[in-house]
Amino acid sequence: MRFSLFNLAANALKGHRDWGRTWRDAAPRDHYDIVIIGGGGHGLATAYYLAKVHGITNVAVIEKGWIGGGNAGRNTTIIRSNYGLDGNTPFYEWSMKLWEGLEQDFNYNAMVSQRGVLNLCHSDGQRDAYARRGNAMRLHGVDAELLDRDGVRKLAPFLNFDHARFPIIGGLLQPRGGTARHDAVVWGYARGASDRGVDIIQNCEATGFRRGPDGRITGVETSGGTIGAGKVGLSVAGSSSRVAAMAGLRLPIESHVLQAFVSEALKPVIPGVITFGAGHFYISQSDKGGLVFGGDIDGYNSYAARGNLPVVEDVCEGGMALMPMIGRARLLRSWGGIVDMTMDGSPIIDKAPIDGLYLNAGWCYGGFKATPGAGWCFAHLLATDQPHKTATAYRLDRFVTGRLIDEKGQGAQPNLH
Amino acid sequence: MRIPCPFCGSRDAQEFVYRGDAAPVRPAFGESFDAYVYLRDNPAGVIAEHWYHAQGCRNWLVVTRDTVTHDISGAGLAKDSAR
Repeated sequence: MRFSLFNLAANALKGHRDWGRTWRDAAPRDHYDIVIIGGGGHGLATAYYLAKVHGITNVAVIEKGWIGGGNAGRNTTIIRSNYGLDGNTPFYEWSMKLWEGLEQDFNYNAMVSQRGVLNLCHSDGQRDAYARRGNAMRLHGVDAELLDRDGVRKLAPFLNFDHARFPIIGGLLQPRGGTARHDAVVWGYARGASDRGVDIIQNCEATGFRRGPDGRITGVETSGGTIGAGKVGLSVAGSSSRVAAMAGLRLPIESHVLQAFVSEALKPVIPGVITFGAGHFYISQSDKGGLVFGGDIDGYNSYAARGNLPVVEDVCEGGMALMPMIGRARLLRSWGGIVDMTMDGSPIIDKAPIDGLYLNAGWCYGGFKATPGAGWCFAHLLATDQPHKTATAYRLDRFVTGRLIDEKGQGAQPNLH
Repeated sequence: MRIPCPFCGSRDAQEFVYRGDAAPVRPAFGESFDAYVYLRDNPAGVIAEHWYHAQGCRNWLVVTRDTVTHDISGAGLAKDSAR
């Protein structure tokens, strides 16, 4: 489906009842070169780059529900690359660069808006840590600006600068960070992949793996029958442990619930993405006007896709401490998504120790910003059996070798990352 | 969520600190620790997990909870199930 002024006008005259499908809703064939389990942003981006960059189009994406109905539809749409560790920064910056060219690349309006991401600091020690992180980012060619109090005040004069306990003394700004329209990202990748021959199969749940005599994965058993596969890629976020268990694999992952919130639509008031440094609270404003915000994960293992009230209270307390002006805004909706928290807080893009199985997992609460990068790097791994140069640190065996990427320094405690 | 602490009675989960799956067993000295420290079954369903009653009796508990429904079906002192 292509969009133009002409077909918009033609469809307007017909009451918008005859728009074609954006992508083909395919039925599964017997065998594919590559089957990707999980039709979220990551899985569809992987299929798109497999087809576009590597010319591999005999690919299926199977999805147990509808595409983009999991975490791709539940996140808070923030894109950024303000990471401080060598294993992370080049990858997230590659993802950021892909975001910057994404709409031209797949010819779809993903509403990528580089309105800036501002992390606030409230103590001298925190400012030192931000200076260090900003310097690490700049050494990798990422934009970072350390702002003093007046610099923050120019961007966001409405903040509670003189909070008795957590006064705002500055912040770290990544001007190229921002937001994107999460659903459009999914649809754009789906159309681009589908147009190049990738089969997108919805309502098709993986229920097991078919193994060869040597143990190699040779196919996926699904609710729609067995689908043969040369290689199988796992891209199932919160369900990573459950699907890996079907292949007898245990992962360094716990599934947790992360809540997000949106207020009623307001006139433009929040200029970019702002994060509170003293508690866990972050906020941006959608183009429709709703304040989109969130905070900590609930902190206990969960597959429930809904959270509990204590975190709602905690997030709202953080918001009120940071910007009391939002206290009169009414909450429109809140929801939860299941995130796959790894033991060091960083993701895994690697071959599994089982032939034919590949992992893209452990994105914790930060998978959305990584969508183009993860798709690109996972496609590279699936096509070439070699890690992409920006994702060499995301190995599964780092939990054996000790080469962990613990951005927050919390140790093997997934609910604290 | 409310946790039936065997010492304090039914208390709000906010009083507790979560540690995680109670299943991993510390290996003997000299054996490999990576699976014990990092690998988890992460089940969707009933799980026994460690919770610490930090704002109560300060006992470590083993709580039986369903990760799909958040239903808590029991709690005992961790020292009673120590291995």
